[in-house]
Amino acid sequence: MFLIDCPYCGPRQQTEFHCHGEAHIARPKDPDAISDAEWADYLFNRSNTMGVFYERWVHNHGCRRWFNVARDTVSDRILAVYRVGEKRPKVTK
Amino acid sequence: MADTATETSPLDGRAGSRADSAVIVEHPHLGKIDLRGDPGDTAFVDAVAEAIGAAPPIVANTVATAGKNSILWLGPDEWLLVTPEGNQGQAEGALRTALEGQHVSIVDTTDARTTIRLHGANARNVLMKGCPLDLHPRAFGPGQCAQSILAKADVLIHQLDDAPTYDIHVLCSFSRYLWDWLADAAKEFS
Repeated sequence: MFLIDCPYCGPRQQTEFHCHGEAHIARPKDPDAISDAEWADYLFNRSNTMGVFYERWVHNHGCRRWFNVARDTVSDRILAVYRVGEKRPKVTK
Repeated sequence: MADTATETSPLDGRAGSRADSAVIVEHPHLGKIDLRGDPGDTAFVDAVAEAIGAAPPIVANTVATAGKNSILWLGPDEWLLVTPEGNQGQAEGALRTALEGQHVSIVDTTDARTTIRLHGANARNVLMKGCPLDLHPRAFGPGQCAQSILAKADVLIHQLDDAPTYDIHVLCSFSRYLWDWLADAAKEFS
Protein backbone atom coordinates (compact mmCIF):
# COMPACT_ATOMS: atom_id res chain seq x y z
CA MET A 1 0.00 0.00 0.00
CA PHE A 2 1.28 3.43 -0.99
CA LEU A 3 0.58 6.10 1.65
CA ILE A 4 0.43 9.82 0.95
CA ASP A 5 0.61 12.22 3.86
CA CYS A 6 -2.21 14.68 3.16
CA PRO A 7 -1.21 17.98 4.81
CA TYR A 8 -4.74 18.27 6.21
CA CYS A 9 -5.98 14.71 6.91
CA GLY A 10 -2.77 12.80 7.60
CA PRO A 11 -1.58 9.59 5.94
CA ARG A 12 -4.09 8.02 3.58
CA GLN A 13 -4.00 5.40 0.86
CA GLN A 14 -3.02 6.51 -2.64
CA THR A 15 -6.41 5.53 -4.11
CA GLU A 16 -8.01 8.48 -2.29
CA PHE A 17 -5.84 10.90 -4.30
CA HIS A 18 -5.31 12.05 -7.85
CA CYS A 19 -2.16 13.52 -9.37
CA HIS A 20 -2.59 16.52 -11.63
CA GLY A 21 0.83 17.05 -13.09
CA GLU A 22 3.68 19.47 -12.66
CA ALA A 23 3.40 22.18 -9.99
CA HIS A 24 4.64 25.78 -9.94
CA ILE A 25 3.69 26.66 -13.52
CA ALA A 26 2.79 30.32 -13.50
CA ARG A 27 0.16 31.62 -15.90
CA PRO A 28 1.63 34.34 -18.13
CA LYS A 29 0.68 37.73 -16.68
CA ASP A 30 -0.30 39.22 -20.04
CA PRO A 31 -1.43 36.47 -22.46
CA ASP A 32 -2.09 39.01 -25.25
CA ALA A 33 1.54 40.09 -25.27
CA ILE A 34 3.08 36.67 -25.92
CA SER A 35 3.29 34.59 -29.06
CA ASP A 36 1.20 31.51 -29.83
CA ALA A 37 4.28 29.38 -29.33
CA GLU A 38 4.90 30.81 -25.88
CA TRP A 39 1.24 30.31 -24.97
CA ALA A 40 1.36 26.72 -26.24
CA ASP A 41 4.50 26.17 -24.21
CA TYR A 42 2.65 27.34 -21.10
CA LEU A 43 -0.38 25.17 -21.86
CA PHE A 44 1.17 21.94 -23.04
CA ASN A 45 4.86 21.56 -22.43
CA ARG A 46 5.97 20.02 -19.17
CA SER A 47 9.37 18.98 -17.98
CA ASN A 48 9.76 15.23 -17.96
CA THR A 49 12.06 15.06 -15.00
CA MET A 50 14.00 12.00 -14.05
CA GLY A 51 14.56 12.39 -10.33
CA VAL A 52 12.96 14.92 -8.01
CA PHE A 53 9.72 16.22 -9.50
CA TYR A 54 7.31 18.74 -7.97
CA GLU A 55 3.67 18.02 -8.73
CA ARG A 56 0.11 18.88 -7.73
CA TRP A 57 -2.12 16.35 -6.00
CA VAL A 58 -5.71 16.53 -4.82
CA HIS A 59 -7.23 14.49 -1.99
CA ASN A 60 -10.43 14.03 -3.95
CA HIS A 61 -11.99 11.23 -1.89
CA GLY A 62 -11.06 12.93 1.40
CA CYS A 63 -10.90 16.64 2.22
CA ARG A 64 -10.90 17.59 -1.51
CA ARG A 65 -7.99 20.00 -0.97
CA TRP A 66 -5.09 20.57 -3.37
CA PHE A 67 -1.48 20.39 -2.26
CA ASN A 68 1.99 19.86 -3.67
CA VAL A 69 4.25 16.86 -3.54
CA ALA A 70 7.97 16.37 -4.25
CA ARG A 71 8.37 12.89 -5.67
CA ASP A 72 11.33 10.97 -6.98
CA THR A 73 10.17 9.74 -10.38
CA VAL A 74 12.77 6.97 -10.38
CA SER A 75 11.98 5.33 -7.04
CA ASP A 76 8.39 6.70 -6.83
CA ARG A 77 9.14 7.76 -3.26
CA ILE A 78 7.40 10.86 -1.94
CA LEU A 79 10.08 13.11 -0.45
CA ALA A 80 8.00 16.03 0.79
CA VAL A 81 4.39 17.22 0.99
CA TYR A 82 3.55 20.92 1.27
CA ARG A 83 0.55 23.19 0.97
CA VAL A 84 -0.35 25.37 -1.96
CA GLY A 85 1.28 28.77 -1.47
CA GLU A 86 4.25 27.39 0.42
CA LYS A 87 7.70 27.51 -1.14
CA ARG A 88 8.96 24.29 -2.64
CA PRO A 89 11.18 22.55 -0.09
CA LYS A 90 14.72 21.53 -0.95
CA VAL A 91 14.82 17.75 -0.92
CA THR A 92 17.41 15.11 -1.54
CA LYS A 93 16.78 11.67 -2.92
CA MET B 1 -56.01 19.47 -3.96
CA ALA B 2 -52.29 19.80 -4.10
CA ASP B 3 -50.20 16.70 -3.71
CA THR B 4 -48.45 16.43 -0.41
CA ALA B 5 -44.79 15.59 -0.62
CA THR B 6 -43.80 12.71 1.60
CA GLU B 7 -40.20 11.99 2.41
CA THR B 8 -39.05 8.66 1.13
CA SER B 9 -35.73 6.99 1.57
CA PRO B 10 -33.83 5.20 -1.20
CA LEU B 11 -33.43 2.31 1.25
CA ASP B 12 -37.11 1.87 2.13
CA GLY B 13 -37.96 -1.83 2.31
CA ARG B 14 -34.40 -3.01 1.86
CA ALA B 15 -33.56 -6.29 3.62
CA GLY B 16 -30.90 -5.83 6.28
CA SER B 17 -28.02 -7.85 7.62
CA ARG B 18 -28.74 -11.12 9.46
CA ALA B 19 -25.55 -10.93 11.49
CA ASP B 20 -26.14 -9.87 15.10
CA SER B 21 -22.53 -8.78 15.39
CA ALA B 22 -22.76 -6.43 12.39
CA VAL B 23 -26.19 -4.84 12.22
CA ILE B 24 -27.09 -2.20 9.64
CA VAL B 25 -29.92 0.25 10.22
CA GLU B 26 -30.79 3.25 8.12
CA HIS B 27 -31.18 6.64 9.76
CA PRO B 28 -32.71 8.58 6.88
CA HIS B 29 -33.41 12.31 6.73
CA LEU B 30 -30.93 13.40 9.40
CA GLY B 31 -30.42 17.12 8.91
CA LYS B 32 -27.05 17.86 7.30
CA ILE B 33 -25.69 21.35 6.79
CA ASP B 34 -22.41 22.05 5.06
CA LEU B 35 -20.63 24.94 6.74
CA ARG B 36 -17.54 26.79 5.56
CA GLY B 37 -15.66 29.58 7.26
CA ASP B 38 -12.30 30.65 8.66
CA PRO B 39 -11.45 28.70 11.86
CA GLY B 40 -8.75 31.28 12.64
CA ASP B 41 -11.42 33.97 12.98
CA THR B 42 -12.71 33.98 16.57
CA ALA B 43 -15.88 35.81 15.48
CA PHE B 44 -16.73 32.84 13.24
CA VAL B 45 -15.91 30.20 15.85
CA ASP B 46 -17.82 32.02 18.60
CA ALA B 47 -20.87 32.57 16.40
CA VAL B 48 -21.05 28.87 15.45
CA ALA B 49 -20.66 27.89 19.11
CA GLU B 50 -23.47 30.25 20.03
CA ALA B 51 -25.80 28.93 17.33
CA ILE B 52 -25.09 25.21 17.66
CA GLY B 53 -23.69 24.83 21.17
CA ALA B 54 -20.28 23.59 20.01
CA ALA B 55 -17.41 25.26 18.23
CA PRO B 56 -16.31 23.73 14.90
CA PRO B 57 -13.47 21.28 15.62
CA ILE B 58 -10.04 22.48 14.48
CA VAL B 59 -8.27 19.11 14.81
CA ALA B 60 -8.54 17.10 11.60
CA ASN B 61 -10.90 14.12 11.51
CA THR B 62 -12.65 14.94 14.78
CA VAL B 63 -16.24 15.62 15.78
CA ALA B 64 -17.64 18.17 18.23
CA THR B 65 -20.93 17.20 19.81
CA ALA B 66 -23.49 19.32 21.64
CA GLY B 67 -26.74 17.62 22.61
CA LYS B 68 -28.14 16.08 19.43
CA ASN B 69 -25.97 18.19 17.14
CA SER B 70 -22.63 16.99 15.81
CA ILE B 71 -20.13 19.03 13.82
CA LEU B 72 -17.91 16.82 11.70
CA TRP B 73 -14.57 18.05 10.37
CA LEU B 74 -14.46 17.80 6.56
CA GLY B 75 -11.50 20.02 5.77
CA PRO B 76 -9.43 22.89 7.18
CA ASP B 77 -12.30 25.32 6.54
CA GLU B 78 -15.28 23.01 6.09
CA TRP B 79 -17.61 21.11 8.43
CA LEU B 80 -20.81 19.12 8.28
CA LEU B 81 -23.42 19.81 10.92
CA VAL B 82 -25.54 16.72 11.57
CA THR B 83 -28.76 17.49 13.38
CA PRO B 84 -31.94 15.49 14.10
CA GLU B 85 -34.51 14.91 11.38
CA GLY B 86 -36.58 18.00 10.72
CA ASN B 87 -34.29 20.31 12.68
CA GLN B 88 -32.19 21.45 9.71
CA GLY B 89 -34.34 24.50 8.97
CA GLN B 90 -34.09 25.76 12.51
CA ALA B 91 -30.33 25.03 12.66
CA GLU B 92 -29.69 26.74 9.33
CA GLY B 93 -31.66 29.77 10.50
CA ALA B 94 -29.70 29.94 13.76
CA LEU B 95 -26.40 29.77 11.85
CA ARG B 96 -27.49 32.44 9.36
CA THR B 97 -28.53 34.77 12.16
CA ALA B 98 -25.36 34.23 14.18
CA LEU B 99 -23.04 34.51 11.15
CA GLU B 100 -24.74 37.42 9.42
CA GLY B 101 -22.29 39.65 7.59
CA GLN B 102 -19.44 37.15 7.80
CA HIS B 103 -17.69 35.53 4.83
CA VAL B 104 -19.13 32.03 5.22
CA SER B 105 -21.10 29.40 3.34
CA ILE B 106 -24.10 27.60 4.84
CA VAL B 107 -25.78 25.02 2.61
CA ASP B 108 -28.53 22.58 3.58
CA THR B 109 -27.42 19.26 2.08
CA THR B 110 -29.89 17.08 4.01
CA ASP B 111 -31.31 15.34 0.96
CA ALA B 112 -27.97 14.63 -0.71
CA ARG B 113 -26.96 11.87 1.64
CA THR B 114 -28.54 9.21 3.77
CA THR B 115 -27.02 7.59 6.83
CA ILE B 116 -26.41 3.89 7.45
CA ARG B 117 -25.62 2.96 11.03
CA LEU B 118 -23.41 -0.09 11.38
CA HIS B 119 -22.85 -1.54 14.83
CA GLY B 120 -21.82 -4.71 16.60
CA ALA B 121 -18.70 -6.59 17.58
CA ASN B 122 -17.79 -7.24 13.95
CA ALA B 123 -18.70 -3.80 12.58
CA ARG B 124 -15.03 -2.86 12.30
CA ASN B 125 -14.23 -6.07 10.45
CA VAL B 126 -17.01 -5.38 7.95
CA LEU B 127 -15.69 -1.87 7.26
CA MET B 128 -12.12 -3.09 6.94
CA LYS B 129 -13.15 -5.31 4.04
CA GLY B 130 -13.72 -2.30 1.80
CA CYS B 131 -12.13 0.79 3.35
CA PRO B 132 -8.47 1.87 3.18
CA LEU B 133 -8.64 3.84 6.46
CA ASP B 134 -6.67 2.65 9.46
CA LEU B 135 -9.65 1.72 11.66
CA HIS B 136 -7.61 0.18 14.48
CA PRO B 137 -8.73 1.68 17.85
CA ARG B 138 -5.28 3.27 18.29
CA ALA B 139 -5.85 5.29 15.10
CA PHE B 140 -9.62 5.75 14.85
CA GLY B 141 -11.99 5.85 17.82
CA PRO B 142 -15.21 7.40 19.10
CA GLY B 143 -15.53 11.08 18.26
CA GLN B 144 -13.53 10.75 15.08
CA CYS B 145 -14.69 11.02 11.49
CA ALA B 146 -13.08 10.64 8.08
CA GLN B 147 -14.01 10.97 4.46
CA SER B 148 -12.79 8.02 2.47
CA ILE B 149 -13.85 5.24 0.15
CA LEU B 150 -15.94 2.22 1.15
CA ALA B 151 -16.27 -0.40 -1.56
CA LYS B 152 -15.44 2.32 -4.14
CA ALA B 153 -18.20 4.64 -2.88
CA ASP B 154 -17.34 8.01 -1.34
CA VAL B 155 -18.37 7.97 2.31
CA LEU B 156 -18.09 10.01 5.46
CA ILE B 157 -17.55 7.67 8.41
CA HIS B 158 -18.18 8.79 11.99
CA GLN B 159 -17.43 6.48 14.90
CA LEU B 160 -19.92 6.98 17.72
CA ASP B 161 -18.81 4.52 20.42
CA ASP B 162 -16.67 1.52 21.25
CA ALA B 163 -19.33 -1.11 20.37
CA PRO B 164 -18.20 -0.12 17.76
CA THR B 165 -20.94 1.92 16.15
CA TYR B 166 -20.35 3.83 12.93
CA ASP B 167 -22.53 6.28 11.07
CA ILE B 168 -21.80 6.03 7.37
CA HIS B 169 -23.03 9.07 5.44
CA VAL B 170 -23.33 8.18 1.76
CA LEU B 171 -24.82 9.88 -1.28
CA CYS B 172 -28.40 8.65 -1.81
CA SER B 173 -27.54 7.51 -5.32
CA PHE B 174 -24.88 5.16 -3.91
CA SER B 175 -26.88 4.05 -0.87
CA ARG B 176 -28.61 0.96 -2.29
CA TYR B 177 -25.35 -0.30 -3.68
CA LEU B 178 -23.54 0.34 -0.40
CA TRP B 179 -26.36 -1.15 1.68
CA ASP B 180 -26.29 -4.36 -0.36
CA TRP B 181 -22.50 -4.44 -0.17
CA LEU B 182 -22.62 -4.07 3.64
CA ALA B 183 -25.29 -6.78 3.98
CA ASP B 184 -23.16 -9.08 1.87
CA ALA B 185 -19.95 -8.21 3.73
CA ALA B 186 -21.68 -8.96 7.06
CA LYS B 187 -22.89 -12.40 5.91
CA GLU B 188 -19.80 -14.25 7.09
CA PHE B 189 -20.43 -13.02 10.65
CA SER B 190 -24.01 -14.35 10.92
